[in-house]
Amino acid sequence: MSATASIFRKEFKSYFSSPSGFVFLTAFLVLSAWLFFRVFFLIGQASLRPFFSIMPWLYLFFVPAAAMRMWAEERKLGTDEMLLTLPVREAEAVAGKFLAALSFLALAIALTLPLPIAVSALGDPDPGPIVGGYVGLLLMGAAYLAIALFASSLTENQIVAFIVGITISFALFIIGEDIVLIAAPKWAAPVLRYLGLGQHFASIARGVIDSRDIVYYFSVIGFFLYLNVRVIESRKWR
Amino acid sequence: MESRQATPVIDIRGVTKRFGETVAVDDVSFQVHRGEVLGFLGPNAAGKTTTMRILTCYLAPDEGTAAVAGFDIFENPVEVRRRIGYLPESAPLYLDMGVLDHLRFVAEVRGISQNDIESRVDDMIDVCGLQAVLSKDVGELSKGFRQRVGLAITMIHDPDILILDEPTTGLDPSQIIEIRELIRTIGSEKTVILSTHILPEVEATSTRVLIINEGRLVASGTPGELASMAMGDDRVVVTLRGPAADLEAALLALPHATGVEVTGAEPDGFVRFGLLSDDATGLADAVFDLARDRGLRLRELRRETASLEDIFLKLTRMDDSDEVTE
Ligand SMILES: Nc1ncnc2c1ncn2[C@@H]1O[C@H](COP(=O)(O)OP(=O)(O)O)[C@@H](O)[C@H]1O
Ligand SMILES: [Mg+2]
Repeated sequence: MSATASIFRKEFKSYFSSPSGFVFLTAFLVLSAWLFFRVFFLIGQASLRPFFSIMPWLYLFFVPAAAMRMWAEERKLGTDEMLLTLPVREAEAVAGKFLAALSFLALAIALTLPLPIAVSALGDPDPGPIVGGYVGLLLMGAAYLAIALFASSLTENQIVAFIVGITISFALFIIGEDIVLIAAPKWAAPVLRYLGLGQHFASIARGVIDSRDIVYYFSVIGFFLYLNVRVIESRKWR
Repeated sequence: MESRQATPVIDIRGVTKRFGETVAVDDVSFQVHRGEVLGFLGPNAAGKTTTMRILTCYLAPDEGTAAVAGFDIFENPVEVRRRIGYLPESAPLYLDMGVLDHLRFVAEVRGISQNDIESRVDDMIDVCGLQAVLSKDVGELSKGFRQRVGLAITMIHDPDILILDEPTTGLDPSQIIEIRELIRTIGSEKTVILSTHILPEVEATSTRVLIINEGRLVASGTPGELASMAMGDDRVVVTLRGPAADLEAALLALPHATGVEVTGAEPDGFVRFGLLSDDATGLADAVFDLARDRGLRLRELRRETASLEDIFLKLTRMDDSDEVTE
């Protein structure tokens, strides 16, 4: 446990040891605010709906960028040989990195909180969907992150990790969207809708927090973190 | 060697590791006992790093197994790592961390209690001479200082076992002497395996030497024992005056002489011979007696005992010739 906690602290700090962490936060904030206000003034409605609906797309690029370094860089610089010959289990190392990236993402999300505050000042929005939306953002972000961290463990090249991360999360996202669903066979549509990364977020963002949605995200997170642990373990056998 | 202590601290049995076609480590077995400083000597690509990675559970062997402090590398990797301080080749470190932060980080992951961390870190700063660089990031340090930070990290939990992969590469001569001094000091209380491709390094630090080449152990023993392995290769050089053919026959007839060749002639009638021997001292005495009995003029007589260097070269140059016999 202490290993997980110290890896967590180290990884979280390292987001701010170079300008890239600040650049990331700024870009995330500016882009989400811009997308939000653009729609907000077009529709003229005091709602965060448009903001939330754009987030799965924004995540597609931002989340892999936030996690691509984590394993790829270790491997490139050979530091994994130091880290993994300390008395840590692979799962502890994966957990520490995942929680650090999640906290960083949570910080990015928290920085967008002025948006709902502004909306509340301008109109009188229903608080349910806003609270639900933010809970959903965190859950869906964690799922994207588990995928991106897994992608980072597959290569020593950060750019490759980034692209693989985008590819897997895009695939898992798009299968649940209408574009695919209308083309899918009738029997497959509900399955695909269930598997889609964005569908559960959409339902949480309506303000109803259903345990099935939570179970879904936790399963995706657990599955990819498990794969990540296996990839790290399997390097011993190379 | 086996009978000295009941349980070796490190026990490697029949370890083989392949990377595709390459057999990096080929059926290697050896033991290391408490208090030994084992010099792991071999040319580049001999399999030293791979062996150390197997011991530290960073790589799993394809065949065989190993136990460290009684813990099997397959069954108890975390316990194995707890007891080892491992310095990988070229000391990989997190370049974006401060020196102090890096030491604290490893101390924490190692589970050193919060109360002891500061005193352990201070100790390591002293032992490894890091005072001057405490406020820097690891990425700003010279190779020598990175190596010292690596050593500090390796020893921060005061492990009983140290595994150091080429700890002096990239250091300047005075740093090399310092690090060797440090290893000798540490080695008196701990068990150390240290790999190197530089021969004087093991002579300077090790109580025992293993020579590895192309994945196979080719020799093992104290530096002295290894030197005596090359007994049959001792040479005696002698310069006498007289007809070369006569002298050659007389020299070859001496006890302990196994071969003679003429290696040079001087203008005033002296001839230099190189004699091969199974006992250079005995042969040198016999040459002296021969010269005295026959009234020959003797200008030069000396022994050339094979050094560790000769053995190393002999054993590691076998690649394309015949099988090595121990
Ligand atoms: N990860 C790896 N993948 C493929 N080949 C490797 C790997 N590690 C080592 N080797 C090969 O195994 C052999 C032994 O390497 P190594 O143990 O690093 O030798 P040394 O440390 O004695 O220089 C070399 O031929 C090397 O190329
Ligand atoms: Mg090596």
